[in-house]
Formats: sequence, structure tokens, C-alpha cells
Amino acid sequence: MKVINLDYLASNPLLPQVQEAMIEAIRKSYGNPSSQHQIGDKAATALAKAREQVARLINAPSEKEVVFTSGGTESVNHAVKGVAFANADKGKHIVTSNIEHNAVLRSLRALKMMDYKVTSVPVDSYGRVNPDDVAKAIKDDTILVTIMHSNNEIGTIQPIAEIAKITRERKVIFHCDAVDSVGVVPVDVQKLGVDLLSFAANQFYGPSGVGGLYIRRGTRIWPLVDGGVQENNKRAGTENLIGIFGMGVAAELAVRDLDARMLHAGELKERLIRGLEARIEDIIINGHREFSLPNLVSVSIRYIEGEGVVLMLDEEGIAVSTRSACAAGALQASHVLLSIGRDFADAQGTLVLSFGITTTEAEIDRFVDALETVVRTLRNMSPLYLKAREAAA
Amino acid sequence: MAYSEVVMDHFKNPRNVGEMKDADGVGEVGNPICGDMMSIYIKVKDDRIDDIKFLTFGCGAAIAVSSMVTEMAKGKSLEDAKKITNKSVAQALAGLPTNKLHCSNLGADALHAAIQNYLDRQAGKADKETKRKDPHQHTHGDKCYCPYCDVEVEEASPVCVNCGRELEAAH
Repeated sequence: MKVINLDYLASNPLLPQVQEAMIEAIRKSYGNPSSQHQIGDKAATALAKAREQVARLINAPSEKEVVFTSGGTESVNHAVKGVAFANADKGKHIVTSNIEHNAVLRSLRALKMMDYKVTSVPVDSYGRVNPDDVAKAIKDDTILVTIMHSNNEIGTIQPIAEIAKITRERKVIFHCDAVDSVGVVPVDVQKLGVDLLSFAANQFYGPSGVGGLYIRRGTRIWPLVDGGVQENNKRAGTENLIGIFGMGVAAELAVRDLDARMLHAGELKERLIRGLEARIEDIIINGHREFSLPNLVSVSIRYIEGEGVVLMLDEEGIAVSTRSACAAGALQASHVLLSIGRDFADAQGTLVLSFGITTTEAEIDRFVDALETVVRTLRNMSPLYLKAREAAA
Repeated sequence: MAYSEVVMDHFKNPRNVGEMKDADGVGEVGNPICGDMMSIYIKVKDDRIDDIKFLTFGCGAAIAVSSMVTEMAKGKSLEDAKKITNKSVAQALAGLPTNKLHCSNLGADALHAAIQNYLDRQAGKADKETKRKDPHQHTHGDKCYCPYCDVEVEEASPVCVNCGRELEAAH
């Protein structure tokens, strides 16, 4: 039986057109775009085309503002550390939010060891940052604000344009981690008004291991990877052409199909939430209902732990992800779920369900059926469920 | 899959699941940080564990550990059951992933707590509030160990040099 993939965030299929572009890139064995001869010229031309395709996806004013990286994590590291290093003469204070991805958090942790100071603003129970809190957190020596576009665990979308208005007024560089948004919902760097924006190809049916960083012209930033003059002197190392060409085609298709994809995902999301609420008691749907990714549902299933759910559903041929500390390997409850007010136990029973173009309504229905059974089995062996029932009786 | 076949078998077909309303001893242990909670109920006859049940809130390993510990203890004398350790349970499960050893240490603890509760009741003592375990108090001797992978770490180290996880101040 075909495995039902409700963990699209971890891996989504490469579109056939993307595969073809990558296979062609391998067959043609492109040269090095930096070479001064005709072998290199062909590669440089193809690379320029991919850059234009990607620039269009985020509506960058110039394709020169797009830097190819090895993925979302590198883009984020580059943005955060690159700005910190290049602007240390102005100050060492950075503002972020409580629910950022580990790529941001751990970049900041590294900077803290180098005497940078970080202020982290809270979020409300839906996971939204209040722009006023960002305004209050900015000090004279603040050099960077880094806030994500959408959250990878609960899907909440942040008021980025409003925050950018503040950072522009205060002349602070603004980086937006948009890895889970680009190619999924409209992301327009000009409308948003951000200085830096991170994204990754594998969130829009492109290959993993390739991403991009938008760097607005004039932004003071250092390279993260030092070496040659590739990528307009911003990211050294011979380009991953096969991956980049795949990303270019994926970006072009994302521009073309974005509305249809959003509509499809939105319908599935509604069906999924309706099914969960109708069939399973004592659940909490996390995140904002309006400002939210259409392709993600976070649900806390009370009295049970998520890893058990993942393993049991896997037996049924259904792939899901949990934010349980036990399954994460890190053994720490999700900082995102704790930030929006879930307690340790509810954080343990939280699933992240993500889906996309190949997902069908029938698959959603089959998942809800299977989940109902799994939840019943696990609750029947849960001491927390027993206590809750006794308390209710 | 990082779990052994024995673990998966006990997770998928857990033995001795359920509540025991007329238990002679109850052991409840929990771990507030990781979020695991385990209750073990025993019925004692002639100083032997005549029947045993468990309820567990926790990951696949925690459920498998509960199932295995109940199976190991069933029919044993209280003296022999006391000798069951977290290590022997993990061995019987053909090993657990290193980060799960820590998460699943509750099995034998819950069993021992249930036996102690039975003995206390026999001695006419009231039920004690079960102590909750804090996994970050893993200091053997004067050295500090990572609570996740048990490798020695420096007192002030913010991260474990072996597994890279962030460490709480007290470890």
C-alpha cells in the first residue's frame, strides 16, 4: 500500500519537471560558471537563468540580490552571523522571537558566546509576535531583528510587513526566516520590506541541500563561507549547479501554481481539522486560524505521547511527525509549544501534520480513522487519561 | 528504526496493560521534564507478585519498558522482583537507544515503588506521595554527566561535547 505522507515538511516529492532539469544538468555536465572560457559560459548562462527564476518567486527587485546556499539552515546562519559580524562596530544587540527555528536560536547561541546580547520577544497564545514588543526591544545598539515568516511547528504567520516598518524607521537590519513560507504562500520581499530573507528549495518540491538568501542591495553583511568570488562575493565555493537548476524550475512552477496549491491545501486543512474535532475528544488545534500556513495542522492530543502515535501510524502506512520531546531525541519539550501556553504533557502529545499537492481527501479521511484507533489504544494505557476520567466522573 | 525487535514487539503488543482497582501496592513515578509517567499495580500472594498491571504515558520505549518489567516481575517473589534493575530491563529488551535509556529508567523504579508501597501498607503506614525524579540530577560522585548520553561533561559547559544537546545548569 502507498504510504500516506503527512510529513511533507520533512520531505516532499520532487516534481517531474524538477527531476528532468536536474538529470539534464548531470547529463550535460556543465562546467564551472566562474571559468573565463566557453565551457564556463554555458554554465554561467544557465546559472543566471535559475537566479532569475528564483528572484521572481520572492519578487526581488534584482536577481543579483539572490544568493544560492546549501539550504535554509545555511541561509539563516549566513544572515544572522553575517550581519552580526559586519555590524559589530555599531553594536552587538539582536532582537528575535521566542518561537524561532533552531537555525536562528543556535546561531544566536553561538553569537552570545562572542558577547552579543539577544532580546527575545514573546508570542501570544496563537503564536503571533506583537510588533510593539519588537519596537520596545530595539535599543541604540541593536543591529539586527530576526523574526520568522511562518512557524514550522504551528504554522502561524507573523506580521512581517508591520515589523519591517519599525526596523526601517529605526535603521535596523531585518532578517526574515521564510523557509516554511516561500513557495507555499505569497512572499514578496518588496511588499514585506525586509532586508534579508531565507528560503529553501525542498519546501516547494525542489531538491534538498539547496536554498537561497535574499540580500537587499546595500545591506551590510559578511560572507559565512569565505573563499572565492562566487555569488557576487557573498558565498564562496563552486555552485551546486544540479541543485540550483532544480530549484530554479521548482521556483518557476511555484509561481505558476501557487494559487492552486494554496486552494488545495486549504481545503485539506479544513477537512482535517473538521475530522479531528469531530472524532477525537480533548484535542487542541494549535496556531492562528487566519494567519496560518494552509499546508500544516498542529494538534495536541491530550493524555498521550506523540512518539507512540508516530510508531503506531507508521505500522498503518501513515507518516506523521511529532513535537514530543522523547521523539525529538533532544528530550526537551518544544519551545514553540511552551511559548504558546501548552504544558509539558500536552506538548508531548503534539503532532505536526503537513501535506501538499499529492495529498487527497481520501488520505486525510483514512488518517483520521487510523488516528482515532491509535489514540484510543494509547489513552487506554495512559495514567493521565485515567486520572482525567476519574476527575470528570 | 532505532528500536530493537523486542522493543517493538512489547510496544505493539504490550503485556499486562490496565488499571487494577484492588491492588495491594501501587507505584507511581514520573518525570516532569521528559514527561513520562508510569503507574505499576501489584497483587501480592504469599510474598509473590501474583498479578501485575501498568499504565504508562510515554514514548514507545517507555511503554515497552513497562510491558517488559511487568512480565519479568510476574510470579517472582518480592525479594527477587526487587533485584530487577533498569539495566536488566533494558538488557531483556535487547538494548535501548542511548537517549532512551534515560527516558525509560522509570520501569524498575515504578516496580520498586509498588513493592515498597505494599510493604508500607503491610506495616500499617499511610501511602506516601511518590517522589518525582529529576533527570538532570545525574551526578555520580563529584563529576557531571550529560543526562542524555551519559558522557562526562564539564560543570559549566552549556552543551554536551558528545551529543551536542543543550544542558541545564544542574546536570
